[in-house]
Amino acid sequence: MTPAQRRWVSAVGIAGLAAFYLWGLSGLPGFGDYPGPYGFIVLHLAVKQTFATGIVSAVNFDYRGFDTVGEEFILFAAAAGTGVVLRRLRGERERSAVDEAADRDVPATSDAVRMVALLFTGPVMVVGWWLTSHAQANPSGGFQGGVILATAFILVYLSGEFVVLKRFSPVALTEAVEAAGAGGFAAIGVAAVPMGLAYLTNYLPKGQFAGAVSSSGTIALISFFVGLEVGAAFILIIGELLEQTLLIRQGDR
Amino acid sequence: MIAAAHTPYTVPIGFMDALQVTILILVAAGATAVVLTRRHVHQVLVLSVYGILLAVLFLAFQAPDVTLSELTVGAVALPIILLLTLAKVRKREE
Repeated sequence: MTPAQRRWVSAVGIAGLAAFYLWGLSGLPGFGDYPGPYGFIVLHLAVKQTFATGIVSAVNFDYRGFDTVGEEFILFAAAAGTGVVLRRLRGERERSAVDEAADRDVPATSDAVRMVALLFTGPVMVVGWWLTSHAQANPSGGFQGGVILATAFILVYLSGEFVVLKRFSPVALTEAVEAAGAGGFAAIGVAAVPMGLAYLTNYLPKGQFAGAVSSSGTIALISFFVGLEVGAAFILIIGELLEQTLLIRQGDR
Repeated sequence: MIAAAHTPYTVPIGFMDALQVTILILVAAGATAVVLTRRHVHQVLVLSVYGILLAVLFLAFQAPDVTLSELTVGAVALPIILLLTLAKVRKREE
């Protein structure tokens, strides 16, 4: 096929795509105009039904909890996959990259970086737990909180060394926490079934006041387990990648 | 925009629209900047800034929870993973 012919084929394809795209656009509702009833129904019922004032969390962890289980296991599979692909193969020996360049000094972590990292580790941890534990009251949740919790561990790496990060978050422990998070979510859902309820039914007492930390039944509990899972998964993925960057593996192609 | 009628805050009419349009233009400019940046490390940094722009966009469209997700994933987690990958690839080339 000559370049001229190829250009024609792609021009026809682009024209077709543009036509279908514009056709689809013309059928969309106007900007800011929401025709579906679902959102309005949820807005009216969510606080009364779930006692959660963070209605997004009520949708994520209660009304559409089944979708969230799936998303949870996407991240779980991603962390497992990263671990498998980047594992140490038979016959590979690990050495620190520092030993490789004996003639060069490793630049020390500057005091400024160390200071900022140390100052931020505590507050970041608090913000992470706050987001994880207040999904029922605020626009937050285990997912965002979990990533921020993992960031606290990466700050530990910035302030010290990779070895310190490993000591703070040994792979076996992190994997156990991740499994407990993912399994906890699924188990909360399964526990509804012997009671004769549908999977992931919110069967716990909803509390006295809507929006209180102790309110909303399984929503708060699921958010907690999601926080564990997501935090541990991010620590695992970034730890594996750091290891790839900092260690040299013999027989590594 | 229906929710705006019920909120106790008084925002001047047209202010939110102007804000949303401004941020949409900034996001389009940011996305173009990411594509046009040639050096990989620079591109990752521009991508991180673009993640922050997207987070502001979601905030302006009244989705604070998506803002949080975008901040954590788009502005922090994805750039870290990309930077580490670049470091690994570069070491292999040496």
